[in-house]
Amino acid sequence: MAKDATSFLRADRGLSPARFLAVVGPCAVLCLIVLLVTPWIGSTGITWRNVVNGVSPDREIFVVARLPRILFGAVAGGALAMAGVLFQAILRNSLADPFILGISTGSSFGAVVAIWLRLETVIWGIPLISLAAFIGAFFTILLVFFIARTGGALPTFTLLLAGVTLNFIFGALIMFIHYAANFNQGYLMTRWMMGALNTADMNAVFRAAPFVIGCLIALIGIAGQLNPLAAGEEWASARGVNVRRIKNAAYFIGSILTGAITAFSGPIGFVGLIVPHTIRLIAGPDHRVLIPASFFIGSAFLVLCDTAARTLLAPTEIPVGVITSLLGGPFFIFLLRKKRGELW
Amino acid sequence: MTQVFHIEQLRFGYTSTPVLRGVSAGFTRGEFVAIVGPNGAGKSTLLKVLAGLIRGYSGIVDFAGEPLSKLNSSRLAKRLAFVPQETHMVFPFTVGEIVLMGRLPHRTGTVFDTPRDLEGTREAMELTDTAALAAKTFTELSGGERQRVVLACALAQIPDVLLLDEPTVYLDLKHQGQFYDILERLNTERQMTIISVTHDINLAARYARRMIAMHSGNFVADGTPDEVLTPQNLYDIFEITAAVLERPDGKGRYIVPTS
Repeated sequence: MAKDATSFLRADRGLSPARFLAVVGPCAVLCLIVLLVTPWIGSTGITWRNVVNGVSPDREIFVVARLPRILFGAVAGGALAMAGVLFQAILRNSLADPFILGISTGSSFGAVVAIWLRLETVIWGIPLISLAAFIGAFFTILLVFFIARTGGALPTFTLLLAGVTLNFIFGALIMFIHYAANFNQGYLMTRWMMGALNTADMNAVFRAAPFVIGCLIALIGIAGQLNPLAAGEEWASARGVNVRRIKNAAYFIGSILTGAITAFSGPIGFVGLIVPHTIRLIAGPDHRVLIPASFFIGSAFLVLCDTAARTLLAPTEIPVGVITSLLGGPFFIFLLRKKRGELW
Repeated sequence: MTQVFHIEQLRFGYTSTPVLRGVSAGFTRGEFVAIVGPNGAGKSTLLKVLAGLIRGYSGIVDFAGEPLSKLNSSRLAKRLAFVPQETHMVFPFTVGEIVLMGRLPHRTGTVFDTPRDLEGTREAMELTDTAALAAKTFTELSGGERQRVVLACALAQIPDVLLLDEPTVYLDLKHQGQFYDILERLNTERQMTIISVTHDINLAARYARRMIAMHSGNFVADGTPDEVLTPQNLYDIFEITAAVLERPDGKGRYIVPTS
């Protein structure tokens, strides 16, 4: 059975630093290989000799066009995969993804308003559209939290209902603005909502990367306490977990990661759903491993998808969300068929 | 005798309707207590208050001399473990991983499992006869195995007190007995205080040395099983007519409902 092939990774002997490295190490190496290889792939051929010697246009293509895009893709993929893990843990549902609680529509609403109002300037190195998108996301995060919060706790169903309802409300507002906007703006809005990594520059990388990596480290620290949530809040509480604090932390970290990435890239689906699932099948559901492994595999997956997005129909770009779904979907169905009854 | 719990005039309701109407009792170290009573009597609620899972009650609940409300869940979980009726896991955790979760209150501040954690886990699994299941996922297990695994997780906490909410309600006769045999060993060999809520009066009478009967949020009888299980009590509390007979093995009494 396929299960035996992966059982050496499964923990029934606890999580030692050696086992952590045995699972997370290869994921990190894979991610690194992807980051080292993909800058050389593209519609225009470039050589490392020309890049190092500063020969035009190779150097510009490498430094201005490809590197920031790839680095931001890596940060975004890792962040979305981690956010997916967090939402799946606190909602106790493996079908949850980073956008399930309305963050994508909230940030899309912000972006759509900014496009509508022609806010095209850049302040502090951040495009106003991204800033508006982040404000939209942040507003949604707070709104969902305060609607769902009952007596200081975050009940799963209220959380889901609040998120789904806000999704509808913002969706309607987006449709209205889309309808009121002119043709050109309408195209920009639609394109924004498809998600893309080509707008990312080094500024976005430098702003997002420290935050995302900081979250990764903080999450590994609290990951062990996410495990007993799989058996319910009461069960986790009986194991000594401060359920309210851990759920709030996971909710805000997951939401702000999602909001920060979406502000620059627009919503990119499927990464946050498929990556955690795949890691669970291979390495088990222990969050201490699942979170870092998802981070690296999410990074590698999104960068590969984006490489396909910019090369397959070059010089035309395919929205990266189309690729993540077209690549991820069939793979997911394959897993579903192969591991029937073992998917969670 | 060390006092484990001291309860005085404990009142609680989920809504404005009271579920616990001012109960008072003391529990000392090494007791094996069964809490019995009809549905809706407040048994599980009482247990959850004792387990620190329900806050916002009124009255006094002291655990080892300290007000329970002053203890956070992590400190409490080092000394007290709770086993629910049933456990549903949403992700494919293995038995080994689940039992290791019981080490969480002892592993604050570190990411990895320490040799002490593994030792505690191994011991808990041996006590509950679950070591052979270590690599299986929770959903692959039968109901009896699942309860033993959750008990192992609770024991990995190295508690002084074990609180169980109808732990054998979904188990067959053989596994009910096996489960209570483990509890009896923990109680006699380790002086672990055991408080178990159960509907199975005969099981309670066989294993517990103290029985508390609840009805509508009050304690209506408190004593040895022999003292509590009288035809009159059974009629008053459970509204059944029952004969109380001596067990053929001499280990207490059992009841036979006759109506």
